[in-house]
Amino acid sequence: MASQDILREDNSRSSFINDPKIRGMFFQVLVAVLLIGGIWWIVNNVIDNLHRSHIASGFGFLDSRAGFDISQTPIAYNSDMTYGRALVVGFLNTLIVAATGIVTATVIGFLVGIGRLSRNWLIRKLCTIYIEVFRNIPPLLVIFFWYFGVLSVLPMPRDSIELPFSTYLNNRGFYFPHAIWGEGSWLILVAFVVGVAMAWFVARRARQRQMATGQTFPVFWTSLALIVGLPLLAFAASGFPVSFDLPKKSIFNLSGGLQVKPEFMSLYLALSFYTAAFIAEIIRAGILGVSKGQTEASAALGLRPAQILRLVVVPQAMRIVIPPLTSQYLNLTKNSSLAIAIGYPDLVATGGTVLNQTGQAIEIVVIWMIVYLGISLLTSAFMNWFNAKMALVER
Amino acid sequence: MQEHDLTFVRAEMVIAQAPPRGERGLGSWLRRNLFASVGDTVLTIIGLLIVAYLLPPFIEWALVNAQWTGPDRSVCATVAQGGVQPDGWSGACWAFVQAKFGQFMFGRYPIDQRWRPILVAILFVALIVPMAMPRVPRKGLNAILLFLIFPVVAFFLLVGGVFGLPHVETPRWGGLLVTLALSYVGIVVSLPLGIIFALGRRSKMPVIKTACVVFIETVRGVPLVTVLFMASVMLPLFLPEGVTFDKFLRALIGVSLFAAAYMAEVVRGGLQAIPKGQYEGADSLGLGYWQKMILIILPQALKLVIPGIVNTFIGMFKDTSLVYIISMFDLLGVVRQNFSDATWASPQTPISGLVFAALIFWIFCFGMSRYSMFMERRLDTGRR
Repeated sequence: MASQDILREDNSRSSFINDPKIRGMFFQVLVAVLLIGGIWWIVNNVIDNLHRSHIASGFGFLDSRAGFDISQTPIAYNSDMTYGRALVVGFLNTLIVAATGIVTATVIGFLVGIGRLSRNWLIRKLCTIYIEVFRNIPPLLVIFFWYFGVLSVLPMPRDSIELPFSTYLNNRGFYFPHAIWGEGSWLILVAFVVGVAMAWFVARRARQRQMATGQTFPVFWTSLALIVGLPLLAFAASGFPVSFDLPKKSIFNLSGGLQVKPEFMSLYLALSFYTAAFIAEIIRAGILGVSKGQTEASAALGLRPAQILRLVVVPQAMRIVIPPLTSQYLNLTKNSSLAIAIGYPDLVATGGTVLNQTGQAIEIVVIWMIVYLGISLLTSAFMNWFNAKMALVER
Repeated sequence: MQEHDLTFVRAEMVIAQAPPRGERGLGSWLRRNLFASVGDTVLTIIGLLIVAYLLPPFIEWALVNAQWTGPDRSVCATVAQGGVQPDGWSGACWAFVQAKFGQFMFGRYPIDQRWRPILVAILFVALIVPMAMPRVPRKGLNAILLFLIFPVVAFFLLVGGVFGLPHVETPRWGGLLVTLALSYVGIVVSLPLGIIFALGRRSKMPVIKTACVVFIETVRGVPLVTVLFMASVMLPLFLPEGVTFDKFLRALIGVSLFAAAYMAEVVRGGLQAIPKGQYEGADSLGLGYWQKMILIILPQALKLVIPGIVNTFIGMFKDTSLVYIISMFDLLGVVRQNFSDATWASPQTPISGLVFAALIFWIFCFGMSRYSMFMERRLDTGRR
């Protein structure tokens, strides 16, 4: 009784200052007031500053004439078009270098990551050296290395280095034959789409049949035949409608063919090589993360080594690999903004030019942030979905 | 009846024998590690070809044909390029690195004042080495000196303007000095800031949690280049008229906030890995929030994520090179700037400078990663 009284008394005496709920409210209100006050202060200053320097805010400038050229234009663009168009070109260039870089980095990363687990001492050491070298130097340095160290000291166009298949390498870039698709080549595209659809259908049927009867079906080879074979058939059927525009050497320059500019090449090579080192470590961790018991158990069940890898080890390793791999892909995309250092016209570089010409700093930075945040969120959403699909189904 | 005891118990150990001939020596090692199967042999040959293709030319370029000393570009260029070397010569131009070494280290810091950054570097080494060695006692005093006293001393030594030291403006700073100053401040600021953001993100108060989540996810979603641009072009707009910020300070703010967001995610991983019992145990002892965090949770959580923290440090050290884009000259920026120096411009100059810069970056980053592995083993957080 007495102790209860004391407790009750204590309770009534402990003032509202010590009530965690009220304290929480207090701190939240404090933070909110500080944040809102800070933002309001900043907005006021910005309005003041803009007013003083006579900069009109808003996105109206996107419709005015750009007046600068862009060296790599995936869609039609010239200096008479608008700033908005220029930014779209920059955005597409970012996507191009990110997509090609991601594919190459994944391929190199897989090879090096598996090589690091090889039984072969030499291969293991070579892969370790590769990883330790590229992980520990800044990506910007790798970009400079390719741009200033390798590509800009290549010979002039008139003494281009000749490579197989009529491709040439010189300090203006890499030249290769341009395939010109003639009439009837749409058939090939149609055949490809049909092939993919049929392969998907076959894979589905095969899985159903295996579930029902236990009989297996060579899905991989059938799909390969469908996806590659059908377009080839269509190619032959439409009478090989392709011709090549080969790069030709003249006295001073190369003409014809398609050209890959050194800016793109350096950025692409640097991002691929740099990110591959990180991907290799992720792959290695993923494979090591699958316990040995899994391999041994599947061997005991009578699976062949290739089957063990495909059916048991890889699916489990993927589960470990996907989240960090996603963040590496995003890192590569974000690192592509280093393009500005060598003048590859990506979103940040074109945005920087627009910023210098118009002085619309806030709008440009907002556009950058929205685009990169959008890419990040979309990629994470896709990868989360993929991850959920691959996740262990637990009871 | 006689018992036939057929069991046999050996009374002494058999003398150890050498392994069979096929299992020892160089031959066996080669067979097991390089030529275990046909595929392995093919891989070994490919590997040897790669080594043969890359290594001898590199050694020839970096050591045999290299020019170590010289007055100007002529020693590093062929006759056709206006130099003294025979046609077809290709070698590193270490003479360039040697001539520019002072710039690579200090930028345009006045030559007669360069003893100041050197003194700061000596102080830093004298404090960081005992800090990094687990056996040296008095870690608390050491930490106070390194993280509280040293920055103040270093600030006054480097900037000057007091005690009769001439003032050196930050635009004159450059080279490794800028790289190290940015990384040091970034590391010292980003870790506590990251911890606060991580705690905020795990907080139960919705306003604080939302603010932290928005900050962390926004910063992590955009490239550092845009954050630096923001710090260099937008920050002046945010401030009232007349208030100006040093450019170096703006870059510092950008780099530190950027690193803090990544650090917050690393620390959050550690916080989540601590079992709930630890939180509840601290609560039941009657500890307040900060007592619980500082005495119970954070020591365990931070220990768990040491590799992640060091990786963030390494990432930030590499990322300081990006300040080149807002025209500040860190080590890489100074090297890049010197490519266009007419006295030294030759086809070999850029790559020599870059290889030198790469070596310095590599030594720092590799050292940090090895140290983190050492600490990981020592604290035994690697395997649990």
